[in-house]
Amino acid sequence: MDIVISGLLLGGSYALIAMGLNLQYGVARIMNLANGELLVLGALAAFWVFTTTGMSPLVTLFAVAILGFAGSWAVYRVFLVPLVRRSANQGQLEVDSILATFGMSFFLVGVMVSIHSEYFTYSFLASPVALLGTTVALNRLVAFCFAVLIGGGLYLWLNRTRAGLAVRAVAVSPEAAGLVGINVDRVSALAFAVGGMVTGVAGVLVSTFITLDASVGVIFTMKALIIVIMGGVGDIRGSIIAALILGMVESAVATLIDPGLTLASAYLIFLLILLFRPQGLFGRRAA
Amino acid sequence: MTPGEPVLFVRDVTKRFGGLVAVDAVSFDVREHEVMGLIGPNGSGKSTTMNLISGALKATSGSIVLNGHELTRAKTFENARFGVSRTFQLVRILPGLSLSENVIAGGVFGHKRRWGREVTEFAESLLERVGLADKIGLSVDSLTYIDQKRLELARALAGEPEVLLLDEWLAGLNPTELRTGIDLIGSLRSEGRTIILVEHVMDAIRSLCDRCVVINSGRKIAEGTPVEVLSDAAVIRAYLGEG
Amino acid sequence: MTQSNLLPLVLGVPIVAAAAVLPLLVDGYWLSVAVYVLMYTALSTSWALFSGPTRYIALSTGAFFGVGGYLVGTGMSDYEQSYWTMLVIAPIVATILAALIGLVTLRLSGVYFVIFTLGLAEMIRNLVSWVQNNFLGSRGLYVLTDLTEVHIYWMLLAITAAVFLFGWLLGRSRLGFALRILGNDEQVAQHVGIDTAQAKVILFMTTGFFAALVGAVVAPRYYYIEPNVVFSPELSFLVVIMALLGGIHRLWGPLLGVIPFTLLWEVITIYLPNATTMALGIAFLLIVYFIPHGVVGLAEKFLKRGEA
Repeated sequence: MDIVISGLLLGGSYALIAMGLNLQYGVARIMNLANGELLVLGALAAFWVFTTTGMSPLVTLFAVAILGFAGSWAVYRVFLVPLVRRSANQGQLEVDSILATFGMSFFLVGVMVSIHSEYFTYSFLASPVALLGTTVALNRLVAFCFAVLIGGGLYLWLNRTRAGLAVRAVAVSPEAAGLVGINVDRVSALAFAVGGMVTGVAGVLVSTFITLDASVGVIFTMKALIIVIMGGVGDIRGSIIAALILGMVESAVATLIDPGLTLASAYLIFLLILLFRPQGLFGRRAA
Repeated sequence: MTPGEPVLFVRDVTKRFGGLVAVDAVSFDVREHEVMGLIGPNGSGKSTTMNLISGALKATSGSIVLNGHELTRAKTFENARFGVSRTFQLVRILPGLSLSENVIAGGVFGHKRRWGREVTEFAESLLERVGLADKIGLSVDSLTYIDQKRLELARALAGEPEVLLLDEWLAGLNPTELRTGIDLIGSLRSEGRTIILVEHVMDAIRSLCDRCVVINSGRKIAEGTPVEVLSDAAVIRAYLGEG
Repeated sequence: MTQSNLLPLVLGVPIVAAAAVLPLLVDGYWLSVAVYVLMYTALSTSWALFSGPTRYIALSTGAFFGVGGYLVGTGMSDYEQSYWTMLVIAPIVATILAALIGLVTLRLSGVYFVIFTLGLAEMIRNLVSWVQNNFLGSRGLYVLTDLTEVHIYWMLLAITAAVFLFGWLLGRSRLGFALRILGNDEQVAQHVGIDTAQAKVILFMTTGFFAALVGAVVAPRYYYIEPNVVFSPELSFLVVIMALLGGIHRLWGPLLGVIPFTLLWEVITIYLPNATTMALGIAFLLIVYFIPHGVVGLAEKFLKRGEA
């Protein structure tokens, strides 16, 4: 039971990261390999603010959200739109965006290393709390609650607003969306920016209970990608469920076998998905 | 040449895309040396049927057999090796290769496998055959639309296919080009090739096809000579609508 | 159909001969730069032979290189095998690993493949560390041989020549032709009878083979193999960036990227030692945005404009 609870809590944060990537890949069609670095940036910001001013990361969260949104929008406009323009087809755009974001990820790692080169962690709401018969850290619980709130908000936005409808339309088919009068470029930029915002916020939340360093971004990118594919590209609901499953599997492996094998277990899941259901649990199209 | 024994057997072939039935229990045979026309209104399932025969799509149920080879569950490249060649509705030639190489591509891996000088000479003879002999040195980008179609045709012929699939090969041509195109396919027919044509151009259907199969909404609604099917009331209704 | 004629072969012989003589003329710093150049030339050329025509971006070089180095280390330290035995075994293991990865990922579109290879080095490193910590006790593997830098240089030269020879043969072969067609249009490739999945897997296996061979050959330079060092994602990245800089559509393209990049890298590590990762990222972005077809692409554009 411990495993399930701690797995779910972890999965909540993973779900947020995956939702961010899902928006960027599923809608804007950008395979953003720098996603993990954005997460670490958010975490680093929260750490820095907390250790210098003592301000709660839950407050920094809002600043990170705004900066994450604006920054991602800028990155999309400056770096990614030229690639969209020059790509003859979807396949080439994928290759180009992989290479470009791969380069960006290295750049961001370099920047972060020069800002803070060691591991960083801080103690925030680290007290134990009794929950459903097991003990969990309060910070994990709070992070989970925030993830649920934000995820829920995102879900409502996508399903109940006009803007969200446009986003979902572009996820299904950019050509068809363009034909019904949706400004695909603007919606893609919006989706990319919201994706960045959500990822940055996830970073803040994760920083409250995990020790990070500048180079660990790639592992988060990997896990986010695995979750997005497992759930089905473009499907938010799928990402959430896949994230919870991954959270529980990792928790189980860490407790029952060895904490050093969490990445390997994520890979194993990925392998199984590729072998048996590449379109993911809820996916309509294979990527 | 008079048609011989049937070589391609399409039996109760159905293709579903989720809830949509694109091809519904279609059956027909294609005889050797025959030109079979697959016609019907837009969206009726003709191209999907072509894709099922070429292997681009896999049938949900039913069977397609060519000369004893089961095509239905085979992989796309296996269909080619069993002797199916095709042209595409939107011409797909290979921009990174030369004209010769585009044709050679069809003759190396598929039904009849050649290599080296043999295939180069064979490719050049095919380029002559389709009327591109004087364009051999040019780059693929500089070809006109009809020349691109000729190139794709040459590539399809390079595999010496048992069945040649032409998917709206005559589409988008001006009247002069259309005449040339119909003559070219006519000459293939005189050579005795087995061809399945998907076409909208009625002149071509009438002058080229030995038999026709008419598909509407995924179902076969008529089969017979062009004269027979084009005067069939059900066919006329399908094309022009009720009333 | 064939991409090349005998000229490259004829030119290659004197070039290799000249390169073989190099260690007799230089030593120390410049020799190690030369080793570095050969190592990356072999790795990037082998990489480009696969990723160039298929457009599947393989980020797996670091993983295979690590397999090579690690197997040499563990074979020699833990199992008392000779260096030469491990030099044979390591590439075979890597080739099998590449085959398995290829069979699972290459029948799907490129994205799955990239993602899988992205974390591969990291994942293998974790797995290896875990196995080591829990079952093998030792953390360090010693590779002690009598080989000098010059010997390693010559071995790398032989491997690089082999990669080029392989590339040249590939260009004249049916498999090479199949890959060119595949890279242009995979559906058409299948329709002309090419088993595209098989072609991709076979070629991917060669990248595993060569990367592991290189990793095994340079293992003695480290003396002490640590998983963290030898399974390096940064290496995958460097290989890609050098190949892109040179141009991935010609056999000798990556070589034209390795040489300037190596020199640039030396400059960066001297003058900006704390900003190397950042500089790498910037360099990569500059290449992707401004020189997408590499030096070769620029040269060819220049020549075409001269002709017009």
